[in-house]
Amino acid sequence: MEHRVIIAGGGLGGMTLALALASAGIASILVDPAPATASGNASGRAPFDGRSYALSAASVNLLRALSLWEGLAETAQPILQIKVSDGRAGEGPSPFVMEFDHAELEEGPMGHMVEDRHLRPALEAALARMPLCSRVEDSVTGQRALGDGIEVGLAGGARLRAALLVGSDGRQSPTGRRAGITRLVRDYGQGALVTSVEHARPHEGIAHQFFTPEGPLAILPLRGNRSSIVWTERAARAETLMAADDAQYLAALEPRFGDFLGGISLAGARFGYPLGMSLARSFVAPRVALLGDAAHAVHPIAGQGLNAGLKDVAALAQVLRDAARRGEDIGRADVLDRYQQWRRFDATALALATDGFNRLFSNDNAFLRLGRDLGMGIVGAVPALRRGAMREAAGLTGARPLLLRGLPL
Amino acid sequence: MTASTIDPREIDKFSAMAAEWWDPNGKFKPLHMLNPCRLDYICAQIAAEFDRDLSAPAPFAGLRLLDIGCGGGLLSEPMARLGAEVVGADAAERNIPVAQVHAREQGLDIDYRFTTAEAMAEKGERFDVVLNMEVVEHVADPLAYLSACHDLLRPGGLMVCSTINRNPKSFAMAIVGAEWVMRWLPKGTHEFAKFITPDELFGLLRRAGLEPVDRKGFVFNPVRWSWSLSDRDLSVNYVTSSLRPA
Repeated sequence: MEHRVIIAGGGLGGMTLALALASAGIASILVDPAPATASGNASGRAPFDGRSYALSAASVNLLRALSLWEGLAETAQPILQIKVSDGRAGEGPSPFVMEFDHAELEEGPMGHMVEDRHLRPALEAALARMPLCSRVEDSVTGQRALGDGIEVGLAGGARLRAALLVGSDGRQSPTGRRAGITRLVRDYGQGALVTSVEHARPHEGIAHQFFTPEGPLAILPLRGNRSSIVWTERAARAETLMAADDAQYLAALEPRFGDFLGGISLAGARFGYPLGMSLARSFVAPRVALLGDAAHAVHPIAGQGLNAGLKDVAALAQVLRDAARRGEDIGRADVLDRYQQWRRFDATALALATDGFNRLFSNDNAFLRLGRDLGMGIVGAVPALRRGAMREAAGLTGARPLLLRGLPL
Repeated sequence: MTASTIDPREIDKFSAMAAEWWDPNGKFKPLHMLNPCRLDYICAQIAAEFDRDLSAPAPFAGLRLLDIGCGGGLLSEPMARLGAEVVGADAAERNIPVAQVHAREQGLDIDYRFTTAEAMAEKGERFDVVLNMEVVEHVADPLAYLSACHDLLRPGGLMVCSTINRNPKSFAMAIVGAEWVMRWLPKGTHEFAKFITPDELFGLLRRAGLEPVDRKGFVFNPVRWSWSLSDRDLSVNYVTSSLRPA
């Protein structure tokens, strides 16, 4: 069957979109220069490389609706509680601590930690089984929107045609750039250090977020006595730490981490990312739609990057399914505008909110510190506010696409 | 063109508007905005009447469908994409080449004709489905027109017919709002006296030999800036389904 959608970028968002479209009977072709890692490699055999994702309850619903969660559930660590505190190195957390407990949410755990070595192969294996999904190892180098579709040129010389091109190609989004979409970019002067640690004591399913003047430190529970950490530092210091050896790195981490889980040791590879916000000024162009980081790359402060990308997937797949079922041309401007209308406000609000959140918390100004201590104390003390913040973080607010409610397309 | 009940002044008005049919933000923006809602209703009615699965590819394959007042093909093209054998008829000659050129661009095979329902009925053409959307409020003799639509249906065939209700609210919305204030439509597109209440339309359909089976409202939500179907609110735009008894 001929594909109707070309997806540039075979990351988690691109693969999930291909699967969601296939579940609605829409054929697509993924274009990515990297070979599929899981082909011939049974899920879970890959060594742990330290990358993991805090999936919101809504994202888990989506994976469940696509029949992917069954195989992943046993590898995932439920997040039962989130503790947020404002701490200054050497002083420990301030007395105002926000605690979110899943018992206050009707939907079950607030989220699940899923490791990349499980999630990615599960998506790749599902794609390989799906007759409506194909994949080509190549990269998109050119595109031309036509009245009835879009023509896409690949580095290898091949040309593809479809009704729609989806850019799922990261925060630089060459697809968006070629379509003339400009971006609002903000450099935070910070770097994120991502790794995993093993600790002596069990984490009890509790996630911690410490706000410090250098930037936030997130400690997220993995299966066993392991936690994933996302450690934010000023850019220069982050670079120094990435260049340091494991012993020096651990020596710098230990005082930030504290000793509440006993002694810690490194349990995975170390990754470093410069931090910044990059917002596309439009999520659509003629015959083009952007999703995930290509549309809205945010500070990973609340672990909402992948979750926001999966919301895009759920909304775009549903808009395209509805259009296809009523016989509309699925790449037409008015169809794509429905996707943009559904997602843009939410995604932009999230990007700007995390931006503001980060500026507020990555600051040692005494007044700001007092203000945020009081703010957290107030949010922590009022159950309705706290539930609102939890439901937002769990992705359970707003007009939700079917897949995010766990319903099939 | 043979005997026609179409008011010649109406044909001129729509001929003047024909060129911009396919621009979603152009002159026909209100129709493009209403289209998903119209298509949802039409698809659901056809699927229910002919027992088709809308999630299957080409669910309307094997159905012969007539789109009366097809304009640029806003309904004809989706129906063809869903597998129906489509004839698009328009009494404005200028619409036909516009629709033909666009269908060819889209790789769709649609038989567009410069003709009227009455002329086709006289020739003995028969269809499983007749789409009769936003036409009846423009014809000179609605009963004669609906009788021709009846003759165009095979026994057991389905007609979907939409129009505009006649009351102070529909005057305010469809004429003052859409034509005078928003300028969505040129002044004079609609004549209030030709609007028809749902009960009047059901009466006309029965007198034309059809059996009305369903009616729903098309409701515009100014906050969400989009249309949706309503079971209760038929106060302005509304749509009906009727069958030719087998």
